[in-house]
Amino acid sequence: MIAELGHYALILGFCFAILLSTIPLVGAWMGDRVWMRLSRPLAGGQFILVLGSFCALSLNFLLDDFSVQYVAGNSNSLLPWYYKISAVWGGHEGSLLLWALILTGWTAAVAKFSKSLPLDMVARVLGVMGLVNIGFMLFILMTSNPFLRYLPSSPQDGADLNPLLQDFGLIVHPPMLYMGYVGFSVAFAFAVAALLGGRLDAAWARWSRPWTTVAWSFQTLGIALGSWWAYYELGWGGWWFWDPVENASLMPWLAGTALMHSLAVTEKRGVFKSWTVLLAIFTFSLSLLGTFLVRSGILTSVHAFASDPERGSFVLALLIVTIGGSLLLYALRAPVVKSHIGFSERSREIFLLLNNILLMVATLTVLGGTMFPLIAEYAGYEVSVGAPYFNLMFGFLAPVLVLIMGVGIYSHWKDTPAGTLLRKVPPLAVISLPLALVVPWLMGSFEWMVVVGMFIAVWLTVATALDVWAKSASRKGRLQGWLKTSRSYKGMVLGHLGLAVTIVGATLVSHYTVEKDVRMAPGTVAEVAGYQFKFLSVGRKQGPNYVGDKADIQILDGDGDVVTTLHPEKRRYVVSDNVMTEAGISPGLLRDLYVSLGEPVGEQAWAVRLQYKPFVRWLWLGAILMTWGGLLAVADRRYRMLRKASSEKHSVDIQAQENRSATGVTAGGAE
Amino acid sequence: MNPKRKQRLLAVTFIVFGVGAAVGLALFALSQNINLFFNPTQVEAGEAPVDQRIRVGGMVVEGSVNRDPNSLAVTFDLTDYQGVVTVAYTGILPDLFREGQGIVTQGRLDAEGIFQADEVLAKHDENYMPPEIQRAVDKANRAETSY
Repeated sequence: MIAELGHYALILGFCFAILLSTIPLVGAWMGDRVWMRLSRPLAGGQFILVLGSFCALSLNFLLDDFSVQYVAGNSNSLLPWYYKISAVWGGHEGSLLLWALILTGWTAAVAKFSKSLPLDMVARVLGVMGLVNIGFMLFILMTSNPFLRYLPSSPQDGADLNPLLQDFGLIVHPPMLYMGYVGFSVAFAFAVAALLGGRLDAAWARWSRPWTTVAWSFQTLGIALGSWWAYYELGWGGWWFWDPVENASLMPWLAGTALMHSLAVTEKRGVFKSWTVLLAIFTFSLSLLGTFLVRSGILTSVHAFASDPERGSFVLALLIVTIGGSLLLYALRAPVVKSHIGFSERSREIFLLLNNILLMVATLTVLGGTMFPLIAEYAGYEVSVGAPYFNLMFGFLAPVLVLIMGVGIYSHWKDTPAGTLLRKVPPLAVISLPLALVVPWLMGSFEWMVVVGMFIAVWLTVATALDVWAKSASRKGRLQGWLKTSRSYKGMVLGHLGLAVTIVGATLVSHYTVEKDVRMAPGTVAEVAGYQFKFLSVGRKQGPNYVGDKADIQILDGDGDVVTTLHPEKRRYVVSDNVMTEAGISPGLLRDLYVSLGEPVGEQAWAVRLQYKPFVRWLWLGAILMTWGGLLAVADRRYRMLRKASSEKHSVDIQAQENRSATGVTAGGAE
Repeated sequence: MNPKRKQRLLAVTFIVFGVGAAVGLALFALSQNINLFFNPTQVEAGEAPVDQRIRVGGMVVEGSVNRDPNSLAVTFDLTDYQGVVTVAYTGILPDLFREGQGIVTQGRLDAEGIFQADEVLAKHDENYMPPEIQRAVDKANRAETSY
């Protein structure tokens, strides 16, 4: 009964999506205010219905209703309750439902927090989001319905959740990542709405900016959580594999980062308008492409699950319709005559343009490497693109990007006084170089890429710090001065520092990880990076839905003091007969010690992997800083105080500015 | 040159230079890092290059996994139900490595025709079959039925 109610709510939600994508859009076209006003209640109704559907599926999981095929395939009565909840998005059908829930949630949020926007804009934005939602709801209802039952006879118990997914990281990682992926649909909807309305002024950039930043923050956190999960759960200690599915999440992130920066230019200066719109379309298209890659299983990936070609073709069709449709609209409506606002080659505009170019090149690099095997397949070759390709490309692009970033911080809008920027280079270089050279010396071996990585990280940190120093000058003291800076400035500082921290982590853990596979029996001692790993004993362990072997491995430091005792496990999940490695990790700010059990080799002896991973936590620490920065920027006063009047005034200001600087023409002014 | 044109020229130069450099680098990086895939039949027939980094995938032959009791060296056979290739690997095998399971290995073929793997990939999901292996097995099946 619950499943049927959930199914019913989903169909009803689909009907709401159809209404939402027609009535307000037609209303905006005809100028009918009543029809446009319907957009908000429709968006709310759609969200409540999909939420109801999602709750119904969750309830099916909690109540162990194994007559529902999806529940039977992804749950088991022995599963602890919290994993029953996360199992809702443990498989294909449920994760799509989560996707739809988040999409309708974003739509409802836009409906709620758009009081300051003109009604026709709201109607168009919500209508476009409704259109996107139609696609996904149709996908769920036609190819991936989670509410199908086994009738008349249903299994006694479920096939259990994939043990890799029985983990805290997997409870939080997909929702966060989806919040990011789907969140970019808001920027997309604003861009398409602006094109539809022919009002491609700075105001739309201002409106979509906070939404983009929030989505980007979630995406950052989601990717970091995924990396952290892979690190401890896959049992190998790897944190990024350049796997197609990881790449699928990185591409919208890179494009989204570019979008965030180009929105800033469009909002502040009224330039790059067409480009920003295109970028918004591009970013969301990459989100959809990511879904396609993950869901169709056309690429070899550690994330690929048994899949169904029909689903792949559906997402592909959705992808083509969305990208094709929005690009066509762009071609028809994008402004032909652009603004004539001048800026010099030393202006902040130029630096942000460089940022955009580099980030786009990075995105295309990932896209190329990810899609190349597919293209080659059509030419008759079966190939894969190895991690060295991506490492080489990013080893080149990241330093260029960060060096420009460090100087760009000091640039001003329009023009920077000649010499200002060049004067910043010597002090930055003088501070960064010795630090970059001292780190490889401290770590014990010299490598050029470490020098480069540390140099750019310090470069960016120092540049940011010096800028904060200059900006926080105040008669009441530095602290007061810092507190007085705007939240969006603080957000930028945190975001940039976060990147530097992540670069430090990535550089050091990539080059100084020590890894040893050894055969250990009780009493064996192995030495890794100055630590003694002593295999004490191994015993059996009984878990709620698994049996396992658990080892005790004591770690001593150079002085012979006990650091910790780790308990890596090898679990066999009874129902699905899957074997899982549960690593033992001793985390630390400067280093992780990582122990995982391989397989038994002979009497009481095990193959054991011992690892020393310096600075690995910095990877995720940096991502947390970036997320925090993003959220801080959104909490800026100017967004909270946004009133209809003020936003209109703002667009008038920009308009006036354009008119002053030249005969600026805003496209499609016919409306 | 008027400032407007100068600015545009500057932007175009930046873009052309940047994108050109990136494409050049990408092509170079790609050419260095493409790993061709071979199935056991091709390896047996001598189609796979020796001492070049390649991928070989197939099903692990039942009963072929041979572990050295004193080290972490292991050998096993991979098949696409037509050809067989022996793989040597030192280290820890992934959790989903099992006899009868489809896996992909990366490494180099040595002069004796043994594949020296430095990486063994098995997948998250026991029902999942890497597409390359599926195709390899399909191909072998088709070849068999056409006899």
